[in-house]
Amino acid sequence: MRLDVILRVTTKLILPFMLLFAVYVQFHGDYGPGGGFQAGTIAAAGFILYGLIFGLPAMMRFVPAAIVEALIPLGVLIFAGVGVYSMLNGGNFLDYSHLEHDPVHGQEWGVFLVELGVFITVSSTMIAIFYAFAGRGRGE
Amino acid sequence: MLQHLPVLQVMVPLFGALVAALSRRPGPSWLVMTAASWIALAISVTLMHQVLTGGVISYHIGGWDPSLGIEYRVDVFSALILVLVSGIAAVSAPFAHRSVASEIPEDRIAWFYTMYLLALTGLLGIAITGDAFNAFVFLEVSSLSSYALIALGRDRRALVAAYQYLILGTIGATFYVIGVGFLYVTTGTLNLGLIGERLAAVESTRPVLTALAFITVGISLKLALFPLHVWLPNAYAYAPSTATVFLAATATKVAIYLFVRYLFTVFGDRFVFAELPIQQVLIVLSVAAIFGAGAVAIFQSDVKRMFAYSSVAQIGYITLGIAIATQTGLTGGIVHVINHGLIKGALFMALGAVALQVRHCHIEELAGLGQKMPLTMSALVVAGLGLIGVPGTVGFISKWYLIVASFEVGWWWLAVLIVASSLLTVVYVGRVVEAVWFREPSEVARGAREAPLSMLIPMWLLAGATVFFGIDANLTAGIAAKAAAALLGSPG
Amino acid sequence: MIDVFSELASHYNQYITVFLMVAGLYIVIARGNMVKKLVGLSLFQTSVYLLYISPAKIVGGTAPIVDPRFAVYSNPLPHVLILTAIVVGIATLALGLALVVRINEAYGSIEEDEIFERDQDH
Repeated sequence: MRLDVILRVTTKLILPFMLLFAVYVQFHGDYGPGGGFQAGTIAAAGFILYGLIFGLPAMMRFVPAAIVEALIPLGVLIFAGVGVYSMLNGGNFLDYSHLEHDPVHGQEWGVFLVELGVFITVSSTMIAIFYAFAGRGRGE
Repeated sequence: MLQHLPVLQVMVPLFGALVAALSRRPGPSWLVMTAASWIALAISVTLMHQVLTGGVISYHIGGWDPSLGIEYRVDVFSALILVLVSGIAAVSAPFAHRSVASEIPEDRIAWFYTMYLLALTGLLGIAITGDAFNAFVFLEVSSLSSYALIALGRDRRALVAAYQYLILGTIGATFYVIGVGFLYVTTGTLNLGLIGERLAAVESTRPVLTALAFITVGISLKLALFPLHVWLPNAYAYAPSTATVFLAATATKVAIYLFVRYLFTVFGDRFVFAELPIQQVLIVLSVAAIFGAGAVAIFQSDVKRMFAYSSVAQIGYITLGIAIATQTGLTGGIVHVINHGLIKGALFMALGAVALQVRHCHIEELAGLGQKMPLTMSALVVAGLGLIGVPGTVGFISKWYLIVASFEVGWWWLAVLIVASSLLTVVYVGRVVEAVWFREPSEVARGAREAPLSMLIPMWLLAGATVFFGIDANLTAGIAAKAAAALLGSPG
Repeated sequence: MIDVFSELASHYNQYITVFLMVAGLYIVIARGNMVKKLVGLSLFQTSVYLLYISPAKIVGGTAPIVDPRFAVYSNPLPHVLILTAIVVGIATLALGLALVVRINEAYGSIEEDEIFERDQDH
């Protein structure tokens, strides 16, 4: 009983920092270890921690299963969309230099958008895997 | 847009997979699958035309130079595999409609088509990429979606088959990655063509030979070379019929493409045939596959498993052609890649049409089906004749090339073995034909009706192709000969 | 004798790689429990990550971010390749575990020999 209170309070304190750390790792992939995949797993771990402590129904109200299943293709679409957009602008597929008016900005935007797509797909995939495993054997 | 075709070849099925995942209902996802596979076929035929008239196509992803970035490289052999894979997918699309609707629960049909299109993406990607690690990524994309496809089968043994395939396939892919790691450490690049060029200047050959050994074993697990074929019979027998049609005709062939690409373009004669006894090992294993798997096929009572073992035997023919490694031998191996794809596609489509009405494909339950489903069973007989290698079918063309090649290098005993193995094929195909056409209808066969038109047309398209290309082999054998010449003449 | 130890010490990363590789493969082959096989598979894949990353560190090299003060950089390409390989490994593990859960529901066991027996009765 008392342990339950400790876990719940600690989770509520830690969760915002976990998500903040995920966003930090996401944006600092250029200059240090990080990027889309790492940030996606940290963000998903935050949500999953919430689900572990407060129960699966509470987590599913927060992040409905339908939204998670729709986000997975969305991230890949963003990635592939960046590639197609650079194709339409005259370069080859995923040629970031052709995204913007000059190559340097193009490279920055390209990497940013691509990592965003990876972040969305990875975090929603991790949450979807958790939903798939945790939702079994509960009288379904 | 024409210059971007290599990338579109992979992107169109990928987009199709994403759209199929977003659309949850069976109807729209089937439409997306059909559209994606037909567009992919159009792109691959255009690429083949471009390669035949204009030479090798090279596409730099991201605009990066090939030594730094990923290059998509299309030559005759790649274009051939692209046409085969997308062709089988396009022909299976109408077949899949009724077959999938009857075998997969309705809420999972959209996911089935998503996995199907992802497998198509992966297989097309392996055939078109010129980067070693990119080939691993596409290999795993196609393999993981194949595991999911197989696991969707009706029988609970499909789950165990998918699990066994997962373990063995992942070990194979990891061996491949280890090999690529050694190659990267010795040459400093991941581009297949550049590795081939730089390997000529390498002094210490031990890492290169290690890489060759790891890559050979890894890819052999994927192409089900005897004795690493253990996953194949269960996986093909218990998978849904559409998955079996697609995977049996394409998955191992693309692994063979990767194998040939490494043996001839990357490593070349010096390493493969002079320093390591790969030729002898391949010949022994191929003959063992042909006779061993053929013998086991005779004793199977489940017809799907019987033809799965037959696939292992036919892959032995292909690797035999590769091992002989002369112009004729390699042509025989490559042309059998196409021919076997056509034959097995037609065979498993016929069995899929049977599975629509009869739940299990046991040989007792198939008795007498020839009277109730004459068109389907005739397609099965035609494809079976192709397996045996009767003159007038594509099987004869492949075996002809192999026999001529064995005489050219002076191994007349090999030619005798090839002819003798056809007798084994006669036995198991004969068992099925005898049961289907010459017995009284069984309990379940009595209630069977002819397969729907959406299944008959693709089945007869493939079965007719096995006869058409057996009589006039100029197209298939001609392109295979060009591919073989390009591979044998490549540097390294 | 001292040569053996100096060899071991200077190439310790490669010896660890080989040890993990063989240990992982042994677990896959020798254990019949399906989850243990997946654990062995993950161990085997981890050894491959080490195989790629340990040559990537160049002696005297700094982090691979262009800076006018440094001339020698560590190689970033193997790290990128291994990120991809780790993702592939996770996807494989997730798929394998999902299959094990379904097999457990269908057969009631995750030991390979028990599943084999139950299939023989069919």
